[in-house]
Amino acid sequence: MADRPLPPPEVAREWLETMTLIRRFEERAGEMYAKAKVGGFLHLAIGEEATIVGSVRALRETDYLISTYRSHGHALARGTEPERVMAELFGKEDGVCRGRGGSMHMFDLPRRFMGGYGIVGGNLPLAAGMALACDYLGTEDATLCQFGDGAANQGTFGETLNLAALWRLPVVFMVTNNQFGMGTSLERHSAVTDLFKRGEGYGVPGIRCDGMDVVDTYETTCEALRQAREERRPVLVEAITYRFRGHSMADPEEYRTKEQVEQWRQRDPLTTFGERLSAEGAVPEQEREEIDRRAIETVDGAVLFAEASPFPAPESLYDDVYVLGDQVQGWYSIDERAAGVQRGEDIGP
Amino acid sequence: MRYREALNAALREEMQRDERVFLMGEDVGVFQGAFKVTAGLLEEFGEKRVRDTPISENTIVGMGVGAAMTGLRPVVELMTINFSLLAMDQIVNHAAHIRYMFGGQVKVPLVVRMPQGAGHQLGPTHSHSFEALYLQVPGLLVAVPSTAADAKGLLKAAIRDDNPVIFIEHEYLYGQRGEVPDDDDHVMRFGQAAIRREGGDVTIVGISRMAVTAQRAADLLASEHDVEAEVIDPRTLRPLDLDTILDSVRKTNRCVVVEEGWPHGGVGANLAALIQEQAFDHLDAPIARVTGADLPMPYSKPLEEIAYPHEPQIVQAVLATFGDV
Ligand SMILES: Cc1ncc(C[n+]2csc(CCOP(=O)(O)OP(=O)(O)O)c2C)c(N)n1
Repeated sequence: MADRPLPPPEVAREWLETMTLIRRFEERAGEMYAKAKVGGFLHLAIGEEATIVGSVRALRETDYLISTYRSHGHALARGTEPERVMAELFGKEDGVCRGRGGSMHMFDLPRRFMGGYGIVGGNLPLAAGMALACDYLGTEDATLCQFGDGAANQGTFGETLNLAALWRLPVVFMVTNNQFGMGTSLERHSAVTDLFKRGEGYGVPGIRCDGMDVVDTYETTCEALRQAREERRPVLVEAITYRFRGHSMADPEEYRTKEQVEQWRQRDPLTTFGERLSAEGAVPEQEREEIDRRAIETVDGAVLFAEASPFPAPESLYDDVYVLGDQVQGWYSIDERAAGVQRGEDIGP
Repeated sequence: MRYREALNAALREEMQRDERVFLMGEDVGVFQGAFKVTAGLLEEFGEKRVRDTPISENTIVGMGVGAAMTGLRPVVELMTINFSLLAMDQIVNHAAHIRYMFGGQVKVPLVVRMPQGAGHQLGPTHSHSFEALYLQVPGLLVAVPSTAADAKGLLKAAIRDDNPVIFIEHEYLYGQRGEVPDDDDHVMRFGQAAIRREGGDVTIVGISRMAVTAQRAADLLASEHDVEAEVIDPRTLRPLDLDTILDSVRKTNRCVVVEEGWPHGGVGANLAALIQEQAFDHLDAPIARVTGADLPMPYSKPLEEIAYPHEPQIVQAVLATFGDV
């Protein structure tokens, strides 16, 4: 599907820059995990950059985006500062979620990135709810919901698609089909492997795009968003892609062959797009090197920033458990850490 | 033998012993289990009996319930106890209630296994301890093994039992070693607490991994504060061996309950009620609780560290029962 024409050179260059940033960021995050700077589970999206950038670029600024635990790239594509994403991975106070959420739980409200979620399939109803709110409020905004092939097997998938179709909500469901749910390959977890067909029975038409091709992903998502927005018809987009790394950092990858990974790497979305841009004269080769150098520099800066940021203060442990106000002015917690009333935030004397 | 190997041995032995026992769960086969508890079982027993499932917790558990009602003995693995919340309907409305609401005509010999616990920076969707949620539900048995031997003996007992069993493992414990009897007949009884350490000054009841933390705290209490604590590990919460706890409290006159879960409506809250109902006159101090913090779990290391109990909090709570702090 590489025959879709390129966008104007400045646009194409920006896509390449963002894809490169995501790639370099993810690589560095992996290194930081190996150095124990990052804890918990770390899921990298290396190989999925075209799917991420192509679909996110199809959004308007006021549209909503929601994703999974594999969503550093979504935050970066939406414009969240790499510094604050890295600081979140480090569990630092300057992280996007003040170190509370970690790698699996990114969020950036001003950019309408409505979060990464650690529960597989948990975000689909939320997405439909956001679309409901947009519809209710009479705005033009749409919602893009990203989830994996594995998530398509949760009950929330069918339940959400049905309601979204029934209520004609402006939402696009994008299943990022990277061929695996953890160690279980698509054909071992889904009776119907053409995932885009899975919406039809619910009244949600499906369409497939080449998730290794940023242009095709962009065009397909644009059209899906248009239908959702203008015709009030939710759409299911299946982006065919591949994750080059393990599911998380602790994955021996015994469920797939090196040859298969190698085959997909031949179609590396970053390389293929970069080469196409040079071949078609949009971005000369030297400039691509420059783009890569700048991405590395940005990521270096992000690491320095994350290192320098303080850990959250112990006194802030109870911040934000509740919205404090008339009903909740604080709450009593039986707690040896700090006896007495715990306050969710400082509401003054 | 490590705790995870003990669980693996229990599964293997019970599958060898009884054709009706089979495993279902996400990545239990080819991937060998998210925590490698089911390693080697697919190879030994084949795809009919070790079934990789899609990510569909409520349905997997529900299919376990249906299969159990129809004569099989399913063991369902969920990757983390947080994910069991997606299956809460099948566990509570179905597994736990079916026998009762159908007038005893049918039984549900199902085991749902899953790990819990904080300490690995998995944040607010993967780190909780929910034994108290399941303890609340009549119709369920609840096991919280803290040693490799108990892991094996209780899992074998769970598989052989005719009730639905919530079998709660712990992520921290998987790598811990312990002596495990390797005979096939190492089948333990539910409802028998273990006295992990004898002492006459105070009773500490530790749940799940906290039974281990409590023993370490007891050693500190002895070496640094001249306090001899008796540490009790209930091993199963339903049925509960309350007698062993009461006997100990009647001897020591003080009790501290330690759990990783939330304070409100927790295991400690429940035990405190039971103990004061039955042994009020023997208490010289209010029953103390040491619990996980009353909040969703933070990811950041220093915050997570203070959000679940460690030895110093237990020591402090024990000393407080003597009015020393
Ligand atoms: C409800 C729930 N069940 C299981 C898990 C454990 N888990 C995390 S990611 C994952 C695989 C998901 O695969 P997919 O949806 O295809 O997304 P991908 O990881 O490939 O991006 C599993 C089983 C979880 N986080 N939540």
